[in-house]
Amino acid sequence: MPDQVLFAIEVTLNGLMAGVLYALVALGFVLIFKASGIFNYAQGVMALFAALTLVGIMEGQVPFGHLINSIFGTDIHGFGWQVPALLAIVLTVLVMILFAWAVNWLVLRHLVGQEPIILFMATIGLAYFLEGLGDMMWGADIKTLDVGLPQGLNTWIDETTFDMFGYGFFIDNLDLSATVVAALLVAGLVLFSQYTKQGRALRAVADDHQAALSVGIGLNWIWVLTWSIAGFVALVAGIMWGAKSGVSFSLSLIALKALPVLMLGGFTSIPGAIVGGLIIGVGEKLFEFTVGGMIGGATETWFAYMLALVVLVFRPQGLFGEKIIERV
Amino acid sequence: MLYREAGDFKTSYAADSQTFPLRLDRWGYWIILAVAVFVVPLVINDYWVNAIFLPFLIYAIAALGLNILTGYCGQVSLGTGGFMAVGAYSCYKLMTSFPDINIAIHVVLSGFITAAVGMLFGLPSLRIKGFYLAVATLAAQFFLTWLFNRVPWFYNYSASGQITAPERTLAGFRITGPETQAWATYLFCLAFLIASAWICRNLTRGAMGRRWMAIRDMDIAAEIIGVNPLRAKLSAFGVSSFFVGIAGALFFAVYLGAVEANEAFGINKSFLVLFMVIIGGLGSIFGSFAGAAFLVLLPVALKVLGSDLLGMPTDLVAHLNLVIVGALIMFFLIVEPHGLAQMWRLTKEKLRLWPFPH
Repeated sequence: MPDQVLFAIEVTLNGLMAGVLYALVALGFVLIFKASGIFNYAQGVMALFAALTLVGIMEGQVPFGHLINSIFGTDIHGFGWQVPALLAIVLTVLVMILFAWAVNWLVLRHLVGQEPIILFMATIGLAYFLEGLGDMMWGADIKTLDVGLPQGLNTWIDETTFDMFGYGFFIDNLDLSATVVAALLVAGLVLFSQYTKQGRALRAVADDHQAALSVGIGLNWIWVLTWSIAGFVALVAGIMWGAKSGVSFSLSLIALKALPVLMLGGFTSIPGAIVGGLIIGVGEKLFEFTVGGMIGGATETWFAYMLALVVLVFRPQGLFGEKIIERV
Repeated sequence: MLYREAGDFKTSYAADSQTFPLRLDRWGYWIILAVAVFVVPLVINDYWVNAIFLPFLIYAIAALGLNILTGYCGQVSLGTGGFMAVGAYSCYKLMTSFPDINIAIHVVLSGFITAAVGMLFGLPSLRIKGFYLAVATLAAQFFLTWLFNRVPWFYNYSASGQITAPERTLAGFRITGPETQAWATYLFCLAFLIASAWICRNLTRGAMGRRWMAIRDMDIAAEIIGVNPLRAKLSAFGVSSFFVGIAGALFFAVYLGAVEANEAFGINKSFLVLFMVIIGGLGSIFGSFAGAAFLVLLPVALKVLGSDLLGMPTDLVAHLNLVIVGALIMFFLIVEPHGLAQMWRLTKEKLRLWPFPH
């Protein structure tokens, strides 16, 4: 095969893996949007916060250490112990559940029945709040996150493809494990929503709030549950992205990357989030590979949005979204 | 007792439909205007102008522009930063290409260029609505800042990739460049703000504003009663981008002097202006001013309180700032979703009855 084709295939594969990571973040958006009609802008910051908390717990940092030091003039930094990754993940999940509960009781409960744009604004406020809180609790410096996932070049794929085509594909182990984890996560979510009582209640609420309420499903509880699940999805996304590029503020910007994914797939569709993520991951990598070099590079910053914009002009509800019916 | 309409007899339709129907309001308006024009320039220095007055004036213009689009026409836009960048870069290109022409004309021209770009990015709004549109405007935000970063023609092939405002004068006083007088820049921006507010107020209570509001309240119904959605939406995008472009041009040329597209006009700028509009009050001219003042003053106040009085480290104050801004936004949305303007309206209602309860 000619080299160009091989390069293109390699780029496509890497794009698919990047797309999986976009889809992971988009999944959290869709879950909350379906269950409560809230477009949760804070999803990206939740991923950042979860990753920061995980690192902080693993390294035995004292929360708010910087703040305590500056107020009381003390000099404390850590508890001096290391927490194993698995236990730290469990603790972080607990923190995210607590967070979900707090958000519902302190903010969203008071905003029931408001217009969607007001709720959207509230989650932007939440994003600012959480970003500041995360920095205050755990410090704003860039941290490395290592929960024991394999990293670096996958030598097996490299050697196999080299034997077959005379050119070794560069595939990161981390991306592979992210794909596996994402697949497991989606399978788990599907099983949960199909076969458990809570999962069915969740789907009922997503279909029709009032009908769900009238058959005795408590909306408050369901919302806390949804936000907890979204928090868990954010944690998984945070671990993957954090292991890939370090835990820092830029992690929260993946929320912005997830938006075009959502628009493309439709806000209300979980398969849409996954397919949209893959399309955008492959699209932006291929576009950068073929056209990007000619027009100045770094086209990843806007390609996804332009693609979504063009698709939306032809399909205003996205690829998989529910058809928008407007009445006067 | 004092603040009431009794005894203030209107004898013409014009007097009846004026912006400030109450006598006290009219006096207040003229007094504030007089103080802003005649007193403030005499007492301000460089610190006050750069920390508070210039950002307030410029953000107020941007908030007015966004309020027309989001508050009056109901089209949520997250592309404000990108449109401000268009204003800034067109102002820069105009200033360097035609050095002899008055800077004020350049600023207005950059407003018109931004209006054209805004209408171009407004075209999808005919098909895309609500959230989808909000995210679609992000395309404008990211594409435009990328364009200004990557195409060297826009920054005149300078090595740093920055644009720097050359020195320009107006009536003999330096407006842009390294050595400006505080009062001159202040008055220059103030003039633009007053003109913008006057135009916005009169546009929004005229036929055009009513068309926008009809589209905002329900676009299909508006179409049925004969409002052309194409013209209404595109005119809202155009007018809004015009003011946002002027704000961007002033932000670059007068306030900062040197900018880099991603840093000065990133996505955070879009959110900041949107917050101003939301906190101030959607669909209110006063709200744009109140929101801009609030979000310009808050970080300054926190910084003075935190680092200067309490002696906390600056990074901690910056984080605390985020927490407080975020919490305040949520608090405002819960307590008063219609913003500061609605609070002001309620206060005035109460004042008119005071001291009687009914």
